[in-house]
Amino acid sequence: MAADDAKAVLLREGSSMYHKEKSIQIKNSASALYNNLCALRIAPRRLTYFTVVHANVVNMVSASWDGLNYSHRQLQSKEPNVATSTSLIMQAAFCSLPSRDLLVVTSQKGIQVYESDGSIMVYWHALDIPETQTAQAMFARGISAVRDSYICVGISTGAILVFDVPSKGSNITLSDVLEGHKESITDMASECCGGEVCIADLVSADDGGNLCVWKSGEEFKLLNHIPGFDISCSSVKLWKGTVVAGYGTGQIRLYEAVTGILHAEVNAHARWIYSLDIAPYSGLLLSAAEDSLVRVWHLTMTPESQSVEIAHLHNECVTDTQICGAKFCDADGYAFAVTGYDLSEIIRYTQS
Amino acid sequence: MSVRTLPLVFINLGGEMLYILDQRLQALNTSEDNSEKVLNDIVGAMFSKDFMDELLKPQQLYSHRTLKTVLTRLAHASIMRLNQASMDKLYELMVMAFKYQVFLCPRPKDLLLITYNHIDTIREFVRHTPVVVNQVDETHRKIIEIYSSLAEGDFQLLRQTLLIFFQDMHIRVSLFLKNKVQNPNGRFALSPSGPVPHGIDVPGLIRMFDRKGREVRRGEFPTGGSYTSPIRQGCFALHGNRVITLGMNMYVGTVLTPQETHTSKAPSVKVTDDAPNLLAKEELNLLARLMGSMKAEDMPETETGFRINLFTSDQEEEDAGASGGAEQCLFGVINIQAMQDEQAATQLARIAGQFAEGGEMPEELSSSKGDDLLAMMDEL
Repeated sequence: MAADDAKAVLLREGSSMYHKEKSIQIKNSASALYNNLCALRIAPRRLTYFTVVHANVVNMVSASWDGLNYSHRQLQSKEPNVATSTSLIMQAAFCSLPSRDLLVVTSQKGIQVYESDGSIMVYWHALDIPETQTAQAMFARGISAVRDSYICVGISTGAILVFDVPSKGSNITLSDVLEGHKESITDMASECCGGEVCIADLVSADDGGNLCVWKSGEEFKLLNHIPGFDISCSSVKLWKGTVVAGYGTGQIRLYEAVTGILHAEVNAHARWIYSLDIAPYSGLLLSAAEDSLVRVWHLTMTPESQSVEIAHLHNECVTDTQICGAKFCDADGYAFAVTGYDLSEIIRYTQS
Repeated sequence: MSVRTLPLVFINLGGEMLYILDQRLQALNTSEDNSEKVLNDIVGAMFSKDFMDELLKPQQLYSHRTLKTVLTRLAHASIMRLNQASMDKLYELMVMAFKYQVFLCPRPKDLLLITYNHIDTIREFVRHTPVVVNQVDETHRKIIEIYSSLAEGDFQLLRQTLLIFFQDMHIRVSLFLKNKVQNPNGRFALSPSGPVPHGIDVPGLIRMFDRKGREVRRGEFPTGGSYTSPIRQGCFALHGNRVITLGMNMYVGTVLTPQETHTSKAPSVKVTDDAPNLLAKEELNLLARLMGSMKAEDMPETETGFRINLFTSDQEEEDAGASGGAEQCLFGVINIQAMQDEQAATQLARIAGQFAEGGEMPEELSSSKGDDLLAMMDEL
């Protein structure tokens, strides 16, 4: 290991990069689902929305930046009066498009799209559920906004639904169905580097660890397929043309999206990874797993070697908790938030 | 979510139930004959072909109430009679034990090893009765057949479904507290140390590659834990060393001193709950199918089963019975007595009739709901 890398590691070990802040209490505990925390910063109103899924309910809390005001709202999956177990929610995620922010909620029944504050449901798409119960569970999971006007949602069959979203109103239409996966979709992510021109727009991951890289458009184009190793990729991110993938083996892998070249592999966690997040301005990476640890990493592009490097910065242990969601609260990675199975709070950390 | 939970739920919860019953029967100095008969009868009912076939159909996992109803019926397949308070406490213990096992399960696939640990011990309980041993073996083979084709992702979905089912249950179990696997706040201890699960690498290594796939650099990072190399893989066959100890009989050699079980604070907002009189149609159908598939005990009315207080003195039993129900769906047994008059001849009513003893309060069904239930039963 290079000398300055070693020094950097020692330095970080000594000081503490982040410290814990006051937690936000939520109305229910978080369920053990992948990527079970989402955050949306509303800068003009100086507040942040958080969403955490509990069984058939989405807990939304709006937290003011001064830490003085919290308001709560709960969204239920459609048809809430039937037995709880048949209307479980798999994921809730904010989709930020240039014209509007929306909240997408996926469940065993279908896909609900709300205004970002959860006040109105603007669209409902029912899943094609067979009459008699098949051996395969049916649900939607994996949500991403793509480019200017698309929202993509994955299905347990491996299909990806592409919805075209108008700049306002509820005239959302299903415009494409992508068949790139044979196994259940676990997570999806779009390129988050912002201004830079990138070839790939979207990456999708499945239960077999397979990754598909797409270019959006009237017809989405499959650019690359990166095969897995029969272990779920539970969380995936796309940043500056690099796919960052977290697996059930606790490993994180960095791939060049368009070519599939493996840049780095990290034995990051001792248990299943449940959540990854990237702060696009700084290249900070967050990983969280069932082993109760959250880790902060730094990604650097090295143009000379046309590669990406990853360095470890910080650990946080959430005692006795299997973490299920971890998100940066801002694009620099100045603060991040964490949820855990059976915990009724959103734990927050800020840079020291 | 997962449609493959029921068989594992029943075998594991049923297994825990048998562990507790066995230990309690011994502690009460029950005769060996009676003990053996009780366990044989329950295992026989649980592993009966009809019952298992119903469980093995792909279907959703329903509520605690349905599960508790069926498990109570299974317990009453023997000559033993448990009153409501005993059954409630028994259910809490069973569920917390299984929650602990699922929570700490190293890899999702190891849920099978936990199940096989239960099956292995159950086989031991009934080893003197070849007919029942055969039933257990048959079931075990079916489980192996169906579950060996599931991928790790499917097992994780199954595990997540179970974790949702156990969510917010923090009942403190004295044995867990004593062994420090559970904290005083009811949460299980999870340590960032020890052997990593089979197939997982010890954390700490970063490897970088060039564009040709050659490793060019290695680095280490501080993990904040103390992990060691993986244990060997357990055996997934009919017989063998499971390696993992979760699911083994933890009551062996203990004196089960059931202190008062505490429930943690109820969540402040109740989510969509199964109101006592409202069961989804599918759930009611499942319940009816499961009850119907169990061999009805040909128990003559004159033979008195023996009652046992599982946990507490008579006074505490009464008090416990009188106190309000905990959160979650631990309500009383569903009353299907509305059916008795109309369908006295049906097996279901007969089974339900054997249920309703010991002063279980019939829930008042409004006439329209009663009609709905009747209509549903007619459809069966």
